[in-house]
Amino acid sequence: MRRSLTRACAVVLAALALPVLAAGPVAAAKKPATTTTVKLQSTSLSGDGSTFQKGFNDVAIGYFKQLQKGVSISYQATGSGQGRTDFMNKVVDFAGTDAPYPASGPAPTDPFLYIPTVVAPITVSYNVSGVSGLKLSADTIAKIFQAQITTWNDPAIKADNPSAKLPSTKITVVHRSDGSGTTQNFTEFLVKAAPTTWTLGSASTVQWPASTQGASGNGGVAQLVSTTDGAVGYVDFSDAVAGNLTYAAIKNSSGKFITPSTKSAAVAVAGVTPNPDLTYDPINASGAAAYPITSPTWIMVYKTQGDAKKGAAIKAFLNFVLGTGTNQGQKLAATVDYAALPKTLLGKAKTAVNSIIVPA
Amino acid sequence: MAVSAPPRPDVPPAPPARLSGSDRPPGRLTDRLFQWAALGAGLLVLVILGLIIYSTLDHSWAWFQQEGFGIFRDDWDPAHGQFGAGAMIYGTFLVGFIALLISVPVSVGIALFVTEVAPRRLRRPVIYTIDLLAAIPSVVYGLWAFLVLRQPLADIYSSVSSATGDIPILKTLFAEPSVTGLSYMTAGIVVAIMITPIITSLTREVFATTPTPLREAAYGLGATRWEMIRGAVFPHSRGGFVSAVMIGFGRAIGETIAVALVVGSVQQISPHVLGPGDTLAAIVANQFGEATGVYQSALIGMGVVLLAFTLVVGVSARYVVARYDRRMGAVS
Repeated sequence: MRRSLTRACAVVLAALALPVLAAGPVAAAKKPATTTTVKLQSTSLSGDGSTFQKGFNDVAIGYFKQLQKGVSISYQATGSGQGRTDFMNKVVDFAGTDAPYPASGPAPTDPFLYIPTVVAPITVSYNVSGVSGLKLSADTIAKIFQAQITTWNDPAIKADNPSAKLPSTKITVVHRSDGSGTTQNFTEFLVKAAPTTWTLGSASTVQWPASTQGASGNGGVAQLVSTTDGAVGYVDFSDAVAGNLTYAAIKNSSGKFITPSTKSAAVAVAGVTPNPDLTYDPINASGAAAYPITSPTWIMVYKTQGDAKKGAAIKAFLNFVLGTGTNQGQKLAATVDYAALPKTLLGKAKTAVNSIIVPA
Repeated sequence: MAVSAPPRPDVPPAPPARLSGSDRPPGRLTDRLFQWAALGAGLLVLVILGLIIYSTLDHSWAWFQQEGFGIFRDDWDPAHGQFGAGAMIYGTFLVGFIALLISVPVSVGIALFVTEVAPRRLRRPVIYTIDLLAAIPSVVYGLWAFLVLRQPLADIYSSVSSATGDIPILKTLFAEPSVTGLSYMTAGIVVAIMITPIITSLTREVFATTPTPLREAAYGLGATRWEMIRGAVFPHSRGGFVSAVMIGFGRAIGETIAVALVVGSVQQISPHVLGPGDTLAAIVANQFGEATGVYQSALIGMGVVLLAFTLVVGVSARYVVARYDRRMGAVS
C-alpha cells in the first residue's frame, strides 16, 4: 500500500518536473542578437508614462535584458500625463509620452530630448452583421461620434460606401471611460480633418453625447464593440487585431481610403517633417498611402546624464530600441503590431541619442 | 442588638513588600504607559483624518477657486476647461438609492429568516454564506458584471422599456435603455449585492437582541409569528436598522471599481435609469491617470465632495439612532 503510494507520488512529481526541465533548453533556444556589445556595469533604470507604448517597451526591455544581464529596466504604464510630471520632477530616469509638453504648462528646466520610438494606427472598429470593408470619411466619423448619425443606413455613410448594403441597425458609439492618449489622438484627427463638423474639441477625455457608452481601456472598448451589434468605437491597432475586430478604411488628406496597418502608419510618419526637437504630428499627414489616425510616441531623456552607469545604460537601451538588426527594437515592433520608424526619422533619432552626454 | 458596621474599605490594602524596597505600587507605570498608548492611537486616527482632509483640500483648491458654486452644475468638459460635477453627484446618489431599494428588502428578509424562521442547524451555514459575499473583492464583482451580467440585463432593459412605453412616469424612467447593459441600474444591482452582507449582518444582530420577554408577551396576547415580528421585533430594532441602512448607503456611494466598470461613463444628468451615467468615485478612478492641472484638482476635489457626503451620512445616521434610542427609552 505504502509502496504503491510512493510510486504514485514519484510519477506525479516526474510529470510535474518535466515541463520545468524542458523549459530550460527552450528558453536557451531564444537566442539574442549576435552583435557584439560592450558589457555594461550593473545598474537599474526606472521609467513610467504612456500606456500606448507599454506593449512595445515590455518586449524591448525583455530582449535587452538578454544582452545586458546586469541592467534591470522597469517601465510602469501610469499615463502620459503622469510620465511628463514624473520626468520633470526627476522621479524617473526616462519617461514615455504620447504628446509633448503643452506650451502653456510647466516643462523641465534642464535640456532634454524627445526620442521617437514607434508608431501605431488607431482603428475605427465596428460590428455590424453582414457588413465588412466599410469606408468612412472624417465628417461621417465626426457625425457618428457626436450622435448626429444614429443608424447604419444613414445617407452620409451610404455616400462613403455606394456599393454596400447597410442595415437599419441603431449605431451604438463606444468611447473610453478612462482618460487616454488614444482619445486625444483620435479627437485630434477629427479636429484637423473635420473642423466644422466636430465640436467636442480634443483632450484625454471629451464631453461625449449622452447616448454613447464608455468602457475601460482599449480592451474594454474592443470587448464592448465585439459583443454589441451595431457598435462602433476607436481601438488601438494591437487590441483590434487581438480582438479580431473589423475596422474601417479611413479617408486621408489625399482623398484615398486607407486601411490601418503597420505599413500605412509608417507612410504617415514618413510624410511629416519633424521639428528640430523631433516632435512631429502624423495625424492626417499628407501622402497617398498614409493612414490618417496614427499615434506617435516618444521616450524622453535628459541630455546630460548625472550618473555614469545609468547614463551608459540608458544610451545603450535607446540605441537598442532604435536598432534595426535581428531582434532589435525596430524589428521587434512588428511582432507586437507597432510600426517601425521610417529611415530619415530613425537617423535623426539615432543622432539625438548619440548626443547624450554621459560622465566618464 | 449587636450590629456592627461593615468595614469600610477606604484604605487600599498595603502593597506587597518588594525586594527593591521602592514605595511606589508596581502597576502605576504600566498603567500610565497603557493610557498614553491608547490616547496616542486614538489621536493618530484623528490626525490621519485631518491630514487627509488638509492635503486633498490643498490639491483641489484650484478647482474650488475656479468654479466656486459652479462645482454643482452639470457641465463636465475637460477639452474646454469646464469642470462642473453635478452629473457625478446626481449619479452617486442615484446608484446608492437604487442599491438600497434592492438590497434593504432582501437583507431584512435574510435577517428575519436567520433569526426567526430558520431551524437552528441552518443558521450558521446561511450566515457564513452571506459573509462570504462580503469577502469577494470589488474588482471581481465589476468584472463579473461586465463580462457576464451585462448582456442579459441589456435584453431585460429593452423589454422593460418597451413594456412601459405608455405609462406616464415610468415612461421617462425606463426610456432609452442602454444597448450594452452599462447603466445606473446595472451599477445599482452590483452595489446592492455588495452591500447586502453588511446590512444583513447588522440587522440580524439587532433583531437577535430583541428581549425574549417582549416576544413572549406578544405571543401571550395571541399574536401570530408575523404579528409578533411586526409588533415586538421591528419597533425594538428601528434604531439599529436605520443605522445599518445608513452604513450600507455610505458604503454604496463610495463603491469605486465595480461601479467604474459598469456605469457607462457618460457625464450628464439623465432621468433614464436604464441608461449610462457616472459617479464621483468611478470618474476619479477612470480619469485620474491622464489628468493634469485644474483637471486633476477637479478630480481630487470630487473626492473631497464624496468624503463630505460620507461624513454627513455617517453623522446623520448617529443622530437618527440617538433619537430612536431616546424614544425607545421613553416607551420602555
